[in-house]
Order: sequence, then C-alpha cells, then structure tokens
Amino acid sequence: MNDDIALRTDDLEVTYTGNREVTALDGVSTEFAENKLTAIIGPSGCGKSTMLKALNRLHEIQPNAEITGEVYLGDEGIYDTDDPLPEIRRRVGYVPQTPTALPLSIYNNVAYGAKLHGDYSSDELDDLVESYLRKVNLWDEVKDRLDDPGAELSTGQIQRLCLARSLAVEPEVLLCDEVTSALDPISAEQVEETLEDLKEEYTIIMVTHSMDQAKRLADDVIFLYLGELVEANDTRSFFEDPQHERTQEFVKGHTAIDYDDEPDEENVTDEQPVATR
Amino acid sequence: MDRYTEQRLFGLLARASAALILAVLVMVVGVTLWRGGRVFITDPAVMVTAPGSRYMLDGGGGFLHAVLGSIFIVVPATVVASILAISTAIFLQSDYSSERTSDVINMFLNVLWGTPPIVYGVFVLTIIIAAGAQTSLIFGTVAIAIFQYPIMTRYADEALRAAPDTVKEASYGLGATRFETARITVRAALPGVIAGIIMGFARGIGDAATVLFTAGRSTQMPGGPFDPATTLPILIFEQAASFNAEVRSHAYAASFVLIVAVLALVLASKLLAGRFARFAPGGRHS
Repeated sequence: MNDDIALRTDDLEVTYTGNREVTALDGVSTEFAENKLTAIIGPSGCGKSTMLKALNRLHEIQPNAEITGEVYLGDEGIYDTDDPLPEIRRRVGYVPQTPTALPLSIYNNVAYGAKLHGDYSSDELDDLVESYLRKVNLWDEVKDRLDDPGAELSTGQIQRLCLARSLAVEPEVLLCDEVTSALDPISAEQVEETLEDLKEEYTIIMVTHSMDQAKRLADDVIFLYLGELVEANDTRSFFEDPQHERTQEFVKGHTAIDYDDEPDEENVTDEQPVATR
Repeated sequence: MDRYTEQRLFGLLARASAALILAVLVMVVGVTLWRGGRVFITDPAVMVTAPGSRYMLDGGGGFLHAVLGSIFIVVPATVVASILAISTAIFLQSDYSSERTSDVINMFLNVLWGTPPIVYGVFVLTIIIAAGAQTSLIFGTVAIAIFQYPIMTRYADEALRAAPDTVKEASYGLGATRFETARITVRAALPGVIAGIIMGFARGIGDAATVLFTAGRSTQMPGGPFDPATTLPILIFEQAASFNAEVRSHAYAASFVLIVAVLALVLASKLLAGRFARFAPGGRHS
C-alpha cells in the first residue's frame, strides 16, 4: 500500500452508550489508497458499518454514539475541523445498504444533493443529471421517464440511482455499505460492474460480507474482527497469504475458490468462459 | 366448543359488527342527504343567502353567515395549526429531541387530544374576558387551532416516525443540513401528514363546543375578524331547537353541507395521499 492515501484513520474508537455499553470499533488505524476500491470485511457485528459511518460522521445522527481518535481526509481531520458537518459529508459520500429513493422524481434524486451545494442553471443540471446517470449505467433505462418517482424503479435500479445521487455532489471518497446485499443476483452484478467502472476515478470504501465480492472488486482488503483491525493488505496477498491466524481461519472458512484460478477481469471474454467458476 | 364452531361464531360476530356500523352510517348519512337534499332542491338559495333579521323565528333568508363563518374560522385555524403541528412533529424526531423529551411531549399531546373541546372553549373565553374583548371570529379561529393542533401533531409525528430511516441517512450522507433533511423526511411522510391535516380540518369544521363561547352564536353575517360569528354545527343546534318547521328543515340542509364538505375532504385526502405515495420510498413495492 504505497499509493497516495485518500483517507486515514488514527486510533478510531466508537462506543455505543445505550442500555449497555458496546465498543463497536476499538482503536483502528489504517489507510485507504486513492482511486482504489478497499473492501472492509469481517463477520456480522464486527464494526464494519460503524467504521464506514465514522468515516463521514454519519453515526452522529444516532443518539448514544461516542467517538475518539481521528479520521484524516488528505491532511485535514474531519472531527477536529472548522468545516461545517454537511461539507464533510459532501466530500465523503455515503451509499446506504437499503436502496432508498428520495421521495422525488428520478431527475431530482440525482439533482437533490447538487442543488444543496451549488447554484446550477437548469441546463447545467440537465447535463449533470445525464452524466451521472450515464456513469452508473442507468441513463438508457430511465431517460424517457426522468419525471417519474424514483421509488417506482426496481430495487437494483434504485441502488444505481443512489450511486448516481452520491456521485453528483462530487465526493472525494465514496462509502458503500453492503450495497448489493439487498439485490437479486442480476441487479447485484450490474451494481458491481458500475463499481468496477467507478473505481478508476474514485476512492471507494465498501463494506461487504461476501468474500467473493471482495475478491472480484477490491484492490485492498481490511479485515475487522470484534471491532479490531486484524489485517489490512492488498487483495491478492490478503487471500493468498493471510498473515494473521484469525484471517487464515476466516478466509479458509469462506473460500471455496482457489485464488490462483481466478482470472483477471480483463481477460474474461464471452468466448472464453471461466471453467473454474 | 370445537375449533370450527368457534371460528364460525367469530366470523358471524365480525360480520354483524361490520353490518351494524355500515347500517348506522348509511342511516345517518342517508337521512341527512335525503332530507337536506330535499330542502336544496326546493330552495337551493338557502346556502348562499344571508339570514333575514328574524331568521331563527321565521326562517327568512338563508344561512350563508354560518357557511362563511365556518370557512373563515376553520381554514385559517387549519393553516396555523398545521404549520405548528408539522414543526412540532419535526422537533419530536431524534434529530432534535431525545427519546425522553419526545415521550413526555407526546404524552401531553395525547392528553390534549383527549381533552373535551368545551374546555378549550372556556379556556379561550377566559382570555377574551381578561382581555376585555368580545366573542369574535378571530377567537373562534384560535380555539379551533388549539383544538386541531394535538390531533395534527400526533398524526404528523407517527408519519415521520414511520418514514424509513434510510431517507434520513441518505440525505445526511449527501451533506444535507438538519433542516434540509427534515424537509425531505416530511416529503417522504407526506401521505400521513396530509391525512392528519385533513383529519384536523374535519374535526375542526364539525366542532361546536370550541366555537360556542369564542365566536358566539351570531345570526348575522360576519363583518370582520373582530365581529361575532358562528359556524355550521352551532347553527344546526339552534335550527333544530327552533319552533319554526322551516328553520328545523334548514338544519338538515346545513348538515347536508357539513357532511358533503367532510366527504369531499376525505376524498381529496385520499387522492392527494395516493399521488404522494407514489414518491414515498418503497411506496409501490411494500
């Protein structure tokens, strides 16, 4: 991981102080490389979503969450800052797990965030909406019905709409919380393809509980267990040569596919189906 | 008793209750529409004619004063109450209040909802007396607004709570402020919010007790906000108690107007709610 660093956490600790106190994240220090897709994996309840939300202070909308440590966006801390909170959340976008259209038209779903943050003429907005819908491969499916309610799209389409909506505020980092877990396999594949395209331009941090998905999409992998960072490495090393005992167990428990037989995405063509899959 | 007899018995009971409700409704609405409708067919002008100087005695003229009184008292009251109610409901969500605060406030709202409207009437009356004012249209509006407020707030609060958290998350995630997020959440909850507003309006337009002491039982056209006025429910009471048969028949005509207005409102709210439900997250899928 010697690439440029987009986001870095320093001893990040999140505690929920509800009826009983739970430390969801216990002193995590790690780095996220620029224009790469980093997957956060780990068993359920290990703090993956908490970590993601702590990266743009979204956990603060829940009562009873306390946080220490710092997250650096470039060189700036996002907790110790004079910037207003909405500005931080604009720079670190967030796509929720459940595909949710805002109660607006398809067009305005994409334009919503952009309109909050900038003054656009209606022509500029038209262009912006089209370009981001194209970016998530949704334009052709919705171009004739932009004024229809976003909620009337299929779940898979809504999830791509959510991606477009998040991208339209021009974030520096995009956080994706198990964005395919609520989708049927075909929609999930489409969203994965979109993420594949997007990671060329964006720093994406994705929580997933699918190891296969992490292998397919991620450049780097971070493994959390019970709120602690166990291992962080590039995807190939992580799955081929896990350093930590806990990682070895986790990887073994989940892997049915031999990593060496996994072809590079570029080499997969229609004429050459992958036998080992 | 075996299980199947039990099931049949319960089925019978359920159908009988439904039939009873329906029968009562059909009778009330039917009789009103029938007898009120008859007045309208013979003399459609009663609704748009000002009352004569001795209207309660001889039925000369019509009851435009109460129709206008109802509109001028209840429409502004509904506007004021809905603005206050939606603001309060937003305040009661977790973004602004702790669970404890909102529980306590909701408890008070429930108490207010259950308070007999005559109490509001007397409450505003004491204000009128203390201020040395007279019963007038504006105080009727105040009393009705107070009466509608808890109903609308509880509806709006429930609707906002039922809106998916993911809308809030998504909005905050895009860098929206608390107020911008509140606005989009209200949009997501709009069908429920509108239902509450219409319910408040219907309750307000049908209530007599709040207006009795505050706007009065004037039998003249309302001159301005500080003049005495009256509303349809009070008029109906007065008409029904009249010695004059024609005035008594006008009570049905006034009830007719009231029932049609409420039916129209309920219908309008259904249409509106349906329109907005298309936009509500998961509206069509759930």
